Amino acid sequence: MSEVNSEAKQGSMEVFFNGLVKENPTFVLALGMCPTLAVTTSAVNGLGMGLTTTAVLVLSNAIISLLRHIIPNRVRIPAFIVIVASFVTMVELLLEGFIPSLYSALGLYIPLIVVNCIILGRAESFASKNPVIPSIFDGLGMGLGFTVALTAIGAVRELLGAGEFFGVPVINKVLGGISSMIGREEPIEYVPISIFVLAPGAFFVLAALTALQNRVKRKMREKGQNADKIQSGCSSDCASCSDGGCAHRFVDVDGAPGSVADAKKE
Amino acid sequence: MLKVSSNPHIRSKDTTSRIMQYVVIALLPATVFGVFNFGLNALLLVLVTVATTVLTEYIYDRCMKKKISIGDFSAVVTGLLLALNLPPKAPLWIGVIGGVFAIIVVKMLFGGLGQNFMNPALGARCFLIISFTSIMTNFDCDAYTGATPLAAIKAGEGAPGLLDMVIGQTAGTIGETSMIALLIGAAFLLAMKVIDLRVPGSYILSFVVFILLFSGRGLDPVYILSQLAGGGLMLGAFFMATDYVTRPITKNGQYVFGIFLGIMTGIFRIFGPSAEGVSYAIIIGNLLVPLIEKVTKPTAFGKKKTKKEAA
Repeated sequence: MSEVNSEAKQGSMEVFFNGLVKENPTFVLALGMCPTLAVTTSAVNGLGMGLTTTAVLVLSNAIISLLRHIIPNRVRIPAFIVIVASFVTMVELLLEGFIPSLYSALGLYIPLIVVNCIILGRAESFASKNPVIPSIFDGLGMGLGFTVALTAIGAVRELLGAGEFFGVPVINKVLGGISSMIGREEPIEYVPISIFVLAPGAFFVLAALTALQNRVKRKMREKGQNADKIQSGCSSDCASCSDGGCAHRFVDVDGAPGSVADAKKE
Repeated sequence: MLKVSSNPHIRSKDTTSRIMQYVVIALLPATVFGVFNFGLNALLLVLVTVATTVLTEYIYDRCMKKKISIGDFSAVVTGLLLALNLPPKAPLWIGVIGGVFAIIVVKMLFGGLGQNFMNPALGARCFLIISFTSIMTNFDCDAYTGATPLAAIKAGEGAPGLLDMVIGQTAGTIGETSMIALLIGAAFLLAMKVIDLRVPGSYILSFVVFILLFSGRGLDPVYILSQLAGGGLMLGAFFMATDYVTRPITKNGQYVFGIFLGIMTGIFRIFGPSAEGVSYAIIIGNLLVPLIEKVTKPTAFGKKKTKKEAA
């Protein structure tokens, strides 16, 4: 119990940025693909889904972290799911009451947050082994990383597939400006590439953005900065990690025997 | 005298570039007829699309610092096939977007010629159909208005005369209308042994059998001939399903592939909402090629077939 992992001392901000960039759940860990591909037909939907998930993730991470000494190891998954499901139900009812437009746009994918693998993954690999404050920041970072990714995918899909950005027809406005500048009477109309708001478009955009992110990483490596080494006690790239779910990331120093935190250390 | 270099000792003259040139020559009758039939815009579309595919491949090779691969003419074939699959009055930028998609997404990202899992021209055609449905299904032009023969038959309207369909004086995409021009090209390819009849033969035969069984029209020769001549079946069967990269290598696999395509095309045409189904059938067939090859792998010479022992 006395061996304190040096990584455990890292500040909350580092945990936070870890989720946002280096271990971005969508682009690096490739978690939570179902909502990523399904609801990102527009930037607003992506943002809404991301923020909803973030709220659930932060709350469930906090509660699971608080209960980590109480939950027996054998029944941890059902226990996690019960906690997550109660928060999802609350969020769902709140959305239905206060933002009905987003509620109807996201539809079935709100209750499906319960089984979103980002949430269960963070509960299993982080919150059940770490104190409350880092867990909250981990949830916040991962959630916002998810939000940024979903919003980016949604924005690209909306821009190409509908010619709009957050509902504003930007492309037609720009084209209209150009046409009036060159003195065309009829403004040039943008013909939306509608495949991008359909399912295949989600794969195209996700792949392109992941490739872009890998390129940035490679450029950083060429400059001598190591972007692969994540600050999680791990020494290798997440993409080539054989160790499912970052199991040895943090060591809980004051975990009680028999708890989830303890079981992982053997 | 006794020094022998390692095999192969006998090489054929066929190179990728030569085969692709044959395919281009074989497509020329259909292209010329399409341009003659549909006018200037069709010619421009063909030129723009071919130029786009070649230029895209060149730029991609340059950017990725790879060997420039446009000399093998495969980009020309892709561009030409894609253009022949476009409606004659489509705006030119359709050809540009389709060409870029075919080369970059379907072909080069998977490793270039020989690595693509799907026929690039067909992949791009389906991309365009899903993206720009209204443009891609509008076959109105100066010469002909209204639906393609298949759509007319599907809607229960009178189809154009059989002779018009065989010659190609009907509405449709630039290259699909003329059965005669396509068959001339196919005969040339068969004569030069670039393609064989395994895939197209089993494709067309199984398709005919399928519509005999399921169309509900029984043995109606006019209906069957218009199904054969009125859509993209000839172009698909002889020029796109026979693509070396995306058809099975094994002999038996090619028969299986052809029969599968025939059945899928029949299902799409008879039970599907749209009148045409060749391109989707071939694409789905392309995806199944690795499986078909695995199942139909021939046993090596001298190797005994392992018999399944009863348990």
